[in-house]
Amino acid sequence: MAEPPRSLAPAPSPAPGRTVSAEERIFVASQWQLMWWRFRKHRLAMVSGVVTIGFYLTVLAADFLAYADPHASEAQRSLMPPQPIHWFEGWRFRPHVYGVKGYRDPTTFRRVYQTDPTHKIPIRFLARGFEYKFLGLMAMNRHLIGVDEGLDAAQTIFLLGTDLQGRDLWSRLMYATRISMTIGLVGVTLSLFLGVLLGGISGFYGGVADTLIQRLIEVLRSIPTIPLWMGLAAALPRDWSILQIYFAITIIISLLGWTELARVVRGRFLALREEDFVISARLVGCSEMRIIFVHMVPSFMSHIIAATTLALPAMIISETALSFLGLGLRPPAISWGVLLQQAQNIQTVAISPWLMLAALPVIVAVLAFNFLGDGLRDAADPYGH
Amino acid sequence: MLTYIGRRIVLAIFTVWAVSVLAFAIIQLPPGDYITSYIAQMAVTGSIVSEQEAENLRIQYGLDQPVYVQYLKWMAMISRGDFGMSMEWRRPVTEVIGDRLLLTVVVSFAALLLTWILALPIGIYSAVRQYSFGDYVFTFVGFIGLAVPNFLLALVILYLGFVLFGANIGGLFSPEYQEAPWSLAKGWDLLKHLPIPALILGLAGTAQQIRIMRANLLDEQRKPYVVTARAKGLPEFRVILKYPVRVALNPFASTIGYLFPYIVSGSIIVSLVLSLPTVGPLLLKALIAQDMFLAGTIVLMLGVMTVIGTLISDIILVWIDPRIRLEDT
Amino acid sequence: MQTRPTPLLTVRNLKTYFPQEEGTVKAVDGVSFDVYPGRTIGIVGESGCGKSITARSILRILDRPGRIVEGEILFRRRQGAGASGADQVIDLTKLDPNGADMRAIRGAEIALIFQEPMSSFSPVHTIGNQLREAILLHQQVDRRQARQQAIEMLRQVGIPLPEQRLEALSYQLSGGLRQRAMIAMALSCHPSLLIADEPTTALDVTTQAQILDLMRRLQQDYEMAIMLITHDLGVIAEMADDVVVMYLGRVVEQAPVDDIFHAPRHPYTQALLRSIPRIRSKSRERLASITGFVPHPYNRPPGCPFHPRCDAFMPGVCDREVPTLQPISVQQQVSCFLYR
Repeated sequence: MAEPPRSLAPAPSPAPGRTVSAEERIFVASQWQLMWWRFRKHRLAMVSGVVTIGFYLTVLAADFLAYADPHASEAQRSLMPPQPIHWFEGWRFRPHVYGVKGYRDPTTFRRVYQTDPTHKIPIRFLARGFEYKFLGLMAMNRHLIGVDEGLDAAQTIFLLGTDLQGRDLWSRLMYATRISMTIGLVGVTLSLFLGVLLGGISGFYGGVADTLIQRLIEVLRSIPTIPLWMGLAAALPRDWSILQIYFAITIIISLLGWTELARVVRGRFLALREEDFVISARLVGCSEMRIIFVHMVPSFMSHIIAATTLALPAMIISETALSFLGLGLRPPAISWGVLLQQAQNIQTVAISPWLMLAALPVIVAVLAFNFLGDGLRDAADPYGH
Repeated sequence: MLTYIGRRIVLAIFTVWAVSVLAFAIIQLPPGDYITSYIAQMAVTGSIVSEQEAENLRIQYGLDQPVYVQYLKWMAMISRGDFGMSMEWRRPVTEVIGDRLLLTVVVSFAALLLTWILALPIGIYSAVRQYSFGDYVFTFVGFIGLAVPNFLLALVILYLGFVLFGANIGGLFSPEYQEAPWSLAKGWDLLKHLPIPALILGLAGTAQQIRIMRANLLDEQRKPYVVTARAKGLPEFRVILKYPVRVALNPFASTIGYLFPYIVSGSIIVSLVLSLPTVGPLLLKALIAQDMFLAGTIVLMLGVMTVIGTLISDIILVWIDPRIRLEDT
Repeated sequence: MQTRPTPLLTVRNLKTYFPQEEGTVKAVDGVSFDVYPGRTIGIVGESGCGKSITARSILRILDRPGRIVEGEILFRRRQGAGASGADQVIDLTKLDPNGADMRAIRGAEIALIFQEPMSSFSPVHTIGNQLREAILLHQQVDRRQARQQAIEMLRQVGIPLPEQRLEALSYQLSGGLRQRAMIAMALSCHPSLLIADEPTTALDVTTQAQILDLMRRLQQDYEMAIMLITHDLGVIAEMADDVVVMYLGRVVEQAPVDDIFHAPRHPYTQALLRSIPRIRSKSRERLASITGFVPHPYNRPPGCPFHPRCDAFMPGVCDREVPTLQPISVQQQVSCFLYR
């Protein structure tokens, strides 16, 4: 440790004094404070953090952000293209959309739509719409945007168009976000539990347990996951409720996803086992439980957090993939994968490309979690580099 | 080194056995069996299957015996080379699978090869020219590769191909070669169609490998032995290629091994989107129809293929790294 | 006084800067000294004073973003290297670091050994491979001859069973043997100047003595100049003929080794010498140390860089202007306002 500065010769330059206090600040800061300072430097990670918070706010406020009942199907509105918002009427700020007439094309027998610029439908903020329970508690019927009541069903707003059944895509997207973002959380918690448990046993005790668990991990890593998921998901009874299927899917995904976390935890335990502070704890007579939970675990908490954040995108992609195939969540459940299921083949996509829009939140969420996890992982070594 | 390889082989055998059990378990999990869905299918078209008929069918397909007996019977059949009948297609499983397994291997292998060819030089370049424009471009493309799930990428590329070129770029063969017997011309046609599926399948893995190579090379570049090499008077590119790249190659090669299961996995879904005649679309249909022998065989073969691929890459890793030869894992 | 032969290497007003986001680090800020053939010059100073950067600058192997911004490094190349056959003196700062000329000098005429015995050899190539590479790079011999030379060099540096050692990987050798192998590799092309950057710092005392003996012997055999960089005054006392004392990128004193130890002029040199514990001092006597810290590179004090820690600080003088190196006798130079 540095000795405190002696009083310097007359007229010292202010520089040494200032340097000392800046360095001392680092010495006395707590581990979490250091981590936060390092994290702050990663602008990309900070932005991703904000984006992630945005996603979870959407999860909470999905009902509010949607403006149409996500299950209300209407054949007359099937496969409508997105409606652009026109913000100004003349010079006045009056957002509106144009009315749309649908009819069946005589040659292709497909439903086509024609916009009618003379028919302006004004957009209202905080408009009334379908009823919902905010956070499952308060009954409300206000939504972020909407149109005046009384207009017939075919004359409402469709920001991102509609799907095959005529359901509004934007509203469905809001609800899909809710399910897709939370399924990842549940799955990751399970993986975390399995990973910490097995990785911990493996790293802390070593020996036979370590070898066995290591081999198990290697076996699991060598198996191609998607055929297994497909098989397990296809095995779920068709008559289970959405909730049951939801949880079954998360269990299936986390059963194979814990290996990465286990490897991180094991690595940390192995590295820490030989550290002096662990040896001295043992010498003082601490029980093993105490050594593990009071001494070792806190020192790699930050690594676990980083690894968990990085495991989330895999969960989200897995669920999306399974639902995309029709093996995961099924209608009437709504998730990003379910939305994308309608965009499975080139024919539909060529005619109605907006069906692919559900891919965007997937990509953004995955990117955000990846950057966030990277930033956390870099910040997790405050005394390193 | 031999003990290391020996151990990997033993582990591989064990993994294959585990896969077979898992494959069989998956098939047995759904309540009911093929006969149940067969009856349901028949009911839709109007014909009723009597109890007696159902019982006979069950005995015929061996579905009335306890589970472990069925498993052992299956294993015995496989050891004779008989993979059973696909109940849905009414043909031997091997016939139904046909070329598809080979094509799955070809596409997966092409993706892996592409990953090596792209990730190694790009990773080296990114590390040596850190913070350059090229580095930023590759990092950006890499993130796209990591973030966009492969099937979505396939969808987007399919759409772009259609919109920009008016062509359907799915499939592995031009229409005239699809059912044709194998020939040099057919092989060439396959090669022409391979790059896009291989790129889509391999992009995520390539992005990951670029990051690994870049990170490891950045670390190694700073080490003293690189200074030694430079101080000897070696030209700079030889300094980089002979020393830190060689050391950074180890983590690179060891992680590539585990890309193979990931690529094979991904090919299942991507094949669906791109309409590739591989095992993927077949597996999906078989699972939905609970066609036991077909689905089980496909999962087993996929597992075996993957294990073999991983084993080969482990052996290559040992050959590359002299340190493993002398130590235990 | 004997007339000095012409210097082998002359560093004149060398400035090496590292531009960073937070500011420019002036690692070497106006350093000048001469290296004579067959003699050992010791460069001594605390960590961070710029001694290693000076060595790297001479060899032109600076890490990015370091750059030589000013100064000359004049090196007298071996006879026959120049077109006319006469001695050729070239300015190393003008050469392309990765060009053929500089690379012909690096490793063949100026060699480097440094501190890290653990990681100074590649972990995946054999010692023999790396030695042979050094030989084949600069000499027109075939592989068999290179191998023979490598064995011979290993023997010369005192490594037993050299033929077998060729096939060893670096981690299979002890620290002392590794350092010897490094020396063998560096000397394989008989350079005229050997730069040794903290060669014994990471070794235990016994091995240290052996390595220093080896270096002295080889210096005599090959008539080589040695530039010895260290912070250990004991090593300086043993090995050096001339000494350069550096502080914060500048030379503060330069003299033959006897003068440095018996008649140091610069307050920093004096403080350094005072801080060496003496075996005959009273027990429980406080160890003398230099007050204060080495300033942060972005926070250089104005004027003389040493003044915040100097016992002889003269306010109004030392914190205003920067002193320059002035001769106070035929062979001794000091950079201090006390001797204006």
